[in-house]
Amino acid sequence: MIDSFQGYRRENGRVGVRNHVIILPVDDLSNAACEAVAHNIKGTLALPHPYGRLQFGADLDLHFRTLIGTGANPNVAAVVVIGIEEQWTRRVVDGIRATGKPVAGFGIELHGDHDTIMRASKAAKEYVQWASELQRVDCALAELWVSTKCGESDTTSGCGANPTVGDAFDKLYAAGCTLVFGETTELTGGEQLVAARCRDERVRADFMRVFDRYQQVIDRHKTSDLSDSQPTKGNIAGGLTTIEEKALGNIQKIGRKCVVDGVLDKAEMPTGPGLWFMDSSSAAAEMVTLCAAAGFVVHFFPTGQGNVIGNPILPVIKICANPRTVRTMSEHVDVDTSGLLQREITMGQAGDKLLDMMFRTVNGRLTAAETLGHREFVLTRLYESA
Amino acid sequence: MIHCVLHDPRDSVAVVVVEGVVAGTTLTGLVLDEDRTLTLDCVQDIPLGHKVALKDMAVGDTVFKYGVDIGKVVAPIRRGQHAHVHNIKTKRW
Repeated sequence: MIDSFQGYRRENGRVGVRNHVIILPVDDLSNAACEAVAHNIKGTLALPHPYGRLQFGADLDLHFRTLIGTGANPNVAAVVVIGIEEQWTRRVVDGIRATGKPVAGFGIELHGDHDTIMRASKAAKEYVQWASELQRVDCALAELWVSTKCGESDTTSGCGANPTVGDAFDKLYAAGCTLVFGETTELTGGEQLVAARCRDERVRADFMRVFDRYQQVIDRHKTSDLSDSQPTKGNIAGGLTTIEEKALGNIQKIGRKCVVDGVLDKAEMPTGPGLWFMDSSSAAAEMVTLCAAAGFVVHFFPTGQGNVIGNPILPVIKICANPRTVRTMSEHVDVDTSGLLQREITMGQAGDKLLDMMFRTVNGRLTAAETLGHREFVLTRLYESA
Repeated sequence: MIHCVLHDPRDSVAVVVVEGVVAGTTLTGLVLDEDRTLTLDCVQDIPLGHKVALKDMAVGDTVFKYGVDIGKVVAPIRRGQHAHVHNIKTKRW
């Protein structure tokens, strides 16, 4: 396998595959100013979202961790942060600044939108011109962080697209990459198989603790059962019947050889190479946003019925083995592995086809989701605001 | 042409992977883990991605896919019939 790629080496040593300058709102109130700056300064990207006011406790911690992690992601060259007031703005700025990358923060109060937009635009212009001169350099494959999550799955996901990711993950794991999967609810029915793949008793206990915790959340909130939500209506239309069947298909993404080396909280950064499980929602945009916030730089997204998701800073590579979806939604599909189901290619060849697209993507090729403008940035909430 | 695939030789259902499977079609099934094929007479129309039963099953029977329990039978199923939410349900939740 190829053992290097062309990436952007950041101030803290991490390697990115994109070179974004982002305009990051701390809260919902600051979206308008961020979007105005992104409109003024070409080559920047605003990341509007609906939250950040009157959150508290673990929910607020997750909010900050997600925003700081997004800014700290090595796919981001520099960051302009805008918040309604200066204290929480400074907290986000300081968190991102720990990476050593350029970051500036602006509070709207005492200035108003106009003055804030003007000052933030001046900073953004400097950052874009500086970032535009950064060059890609040779990076070792082991420096690559790859995440996965599937969506709008159907039965072809379990037979074709997900095991393609599994084959690629087995190869990347052996190469020393840092990998993550998650989707806590969507392991239901296959949790024992994941537990059996954990490195040791401590990791297994961590995994079962987060799995059982979410089963309790379901028990507390469910009205009858989750059959109306898991599998989703799209899953059922695609032929998936039960959550167990969906979960067993889902688990194909971690291949046959990878070991689960550790368990992460939402948006938590891994501390070393290997395969990590992140406690996370199974909703596509939430999970991919958490992966980006944890520092992952490229994402494998297998789909059956055709989920169209992207992310502002994380290139999302779509893999599909459903011949009808490949035909009817071709503009969304980066890697077609439908040949697996007709025995035209082997699983090893399918995994290599995905890895070939991964190398092209991390070297600079834009994914389908990037070219189509899919920039879903969705923050996970733990409970209602104060 | 491969009409349906199953993962494990113990599986009681297979996934239809082509469009246009109608009652009366003789299906060629691929056993993914063993890379061999089998044949099966389909007795109902089955959409792409949906499952065909590989054996007769009674209410309460466990349904196997990937060689693993994926739920229970809630209405009798005959070999060659469409197997989905109308005759299979989760054992969870």
